[in-house]
Amino acid sequence: MNNLMGLINLEHEYDFLEELTYFRSGAAAPFAGRYRLIDFTLSNMVKSEITEVAVFTNKKYRSLMDHAGTGADWELARRHGGLFILPPDWNDPTDISRGDLRHFHNNRDYFHRSKADHVIISGSQFIANTSYEKAFKYHLDKDADVTLITTKVQEDLPEHVSQLRIEKDENGKVSNLTNEQSNKELFTGVYIIKKEVLLNLVDECIAFHKDHFFFHGVKENIPNLNVRTFEYDGYSMFINSIESFFRNNMNLLNPEAYRGLFFTNSYVKTKISNQPPVKYRHSADVKDSLLANGCVIDGDISKSVIFRGVQVKKGASIKNSIIMQRCVIEEGVHLENVILDKDVQITRGQTFIGSPEKPFIVAKRRVI
Amino acid sequence: MKKRCVGMLLAGGEGKRLGLLTKELAKPAVPFGGKYRIIDFTLSNCSNSGIHTVGVLTQYSPLILNKHIGIGKPWDLDRQEDGVTILSPYTAKKGGSWFQGTADAIYQNIHYIDQYDPEYVLVISGDHIYQMNYEHLIQHHEEKQSDATISVIEVPWEEAPRFGILNTHDDLEIYEFDEKPEEPKNNLASMGIYIFNWKTLRKYLLDDSDIENSDHDFGKDIIPAMLNDGKRMYAYRFEGYWKDVGTIQSYWEANMDLLEEDLSVSLNNKEWRTYSQDLNFPPQYLDHTAVVENSLINSGSWISGTVKDSILFECIDVSTGSTVKESILHPNVKIGKNCTINRAIIMENVVVPDNTVIDGSKYDEPVVINDEYVEQLT
Repeated sequence: MNNLMGLINLEHEYDFLEELTYFRSGAAAPFAGRYRLIDFTLSNMVKSEITEVAVFTNKKYRSLMDHAGTGADWELARRHGGLFILPPDWNDPTDISRGDLRHFHNNRDYFHRSKADHVIISGSQFIANTSYEKAFKYHLDKDADVTLITTKVQEDLPEHVSQLRIEKDENGKVSNLTNEQSNKELFTGVYIIKKEVLLNLVDECIAFHKDHFFFHGVKENIPNLNVRTFEYDGYSMFINSIESFFRNNMNLLNPEAYRGLFFTNSYVKTKISNQPPVKYRHSADVKDSLLANGCVIDGDISKSVIFRGVQVKKGASIKNSIIMQRCVIEEGVHLENVILDKDVQITRGQTFIGSPEKPFIVAKRRVI
Repeated sequence: MKKRCVGMLLAGGEGKRLGLLTKELAKPAVPFGGKYRIIDFTLSNCSNSGIHTVGVLTQYSPLILNKHIGIGKPWDLDRQEDGVTILSPYTAKKGGSWFQGTADAIYQNIHYIDQYDPEYVLVISGDHIYQMNYEHLIQHHEEKQSDATISVIEVPWEEAPRFGILNTHDDLEIYEFDEKPEEPKNNLASMGIYIFNWKTLRKYLLDDSDIENSDHDFGKDIIPAMLNDGKRMYAYRFEGYWKDVGTIQSYWEANMDLLEEDLSVSLNNKEWRTYSQDLNFPPQYLDHTAVVENSLINSGSWISGTVKDSILFECIDVSTGSTVKESILHPNVKIGKNCTINRAIIMENVVVPDNTVIDGSKYDEPVVINDEYVEQLT
């Protein structure tokens, strides 16, 4: 499907994960044992047979660039197209653009050089394992200017509050986007737009000193555009706070959720590492948990998500927690409702207990 | 493009004694250690030792082996000038033939080695499990100003008759090579790892190719011929873990050895990493009925039953009520409910139906299970 190009716009994703986003953008936050949030967006684009994806990123992109590399792990290291990480490049003295429009302005070449006539734009906070091929086909069939990917939620969760809701007229055309909480049809933040429409709206926004492409370009022009929706009805989640991050990690310990996210479509791609299988020693006791490769387990683990290369020593116990890459949990430690960022070492005999609503978070590389 | 040392990795063996395991693939490609293939250990040794010019000699059922090696990326052997090259048998103007023996395989690829005009050639096999810095071997070779250096390991005396035994002077100079001696004078066994001065070896390969009744084998022909001519040949003592996984029993033992606490050939050794193809399987899931002890389990697996003293590759299901003990489950094996699996090697993609009992302890060596075996059960 050469006719669709990808854009991951992180400009408006603030540092929504507290300690976890002290040193990285939200898109690069580790998730589900071995992934980063952006892996789901990247994988979904690649599954949609998109061969060129750009990432607009503004701050703290070191770890994002380290993770994405050449894009080879998503099959995006291409002779033509591939992955473009586009950090800020504000050197044009005549430039009057603001907000994410500066990215569009400065990276116009990315859109011009592509043969694609349509662009799919996404953030990193909507997590699903899918392909947008059907949505794109629908977008073409309806000759839509913009097609918003939507999802229906059964239960209201705090992370849904900020999501826009869809209002449609009798022809199925979107008439408005609101914050009406009783409306269960949510915009996922993923949308397909005609490239020509996109570039015109960008020019218009810049000319009128706007600073938010989606709000000022798309949303304010809904009456003038053919805006459609395509519903995604598979397993999905929004992650836009520590609370939603923690709860959605924990939800994956539910077998239906785990299968729904990882086994309903082809595997989610992430940066390849080279970790041996998990080594369970004689005293290991592990239940209701996800573990990634490279771990060496001597202790007890229950209801937890354990990332790659974690060591849990004898007599240590971990409950209801998220332990990120290469942490070392020494003997006799007890952890409950805790999030440890990468490379944290918890020395012997200590106990840390957070609450399920407010987990105890330890920032990267600390020794406690 | 002069290189100091070119590695020649012999990976063409059929591995007859591995039975079903090598029915459709070459021995070096047999899955090992929960996520690896046997050849990963030697390829990782090359990469970790700074040997980045490696010819891999393939012959028997090479599809999976070749696919696994690919362009050598996992071992950082995807390079512009050198890197890994698959050397399969070929025909040329003068005709062609299958590789007749280990020496013949190298002889037929002299032109490959000549491109690099190397000082030394390292000859290794793709069917041994060990972690060795070949640089130490080369240094030893240089110190002794040797024409050929053979790596040796002390084996138990009672097993010595199974090996090629090197008799040496006190300074490790080799004066005699006994291939599988009935009464060994020594317990220093050849590990099948050789360093040769390329110029010297080249001459012996050419000479050997003209000898009609030769087996064209390093152990049987080349080494004895060099000894006869009084070439300087030294042994190099290797102290670490080394295992030839030539039989079902030794294959199973070498896998189980990975569960030992302090084994020198640890997969978790950060100083000497073992590389392999890595795929995007999700993290493994252990549910509330899982009991796992003393085992290695790879990603994509779903464990509801009991797993003890076992090695599980990727995407394994062990359902509730089932017990897997002292076993090796290859990728994508699914174990149904209420099964008992003991001392078995279950081959890739086999689905074991509910209530199956497989007890390999009744046999001399662990039992290898494939689809046909499972069909007979039902």
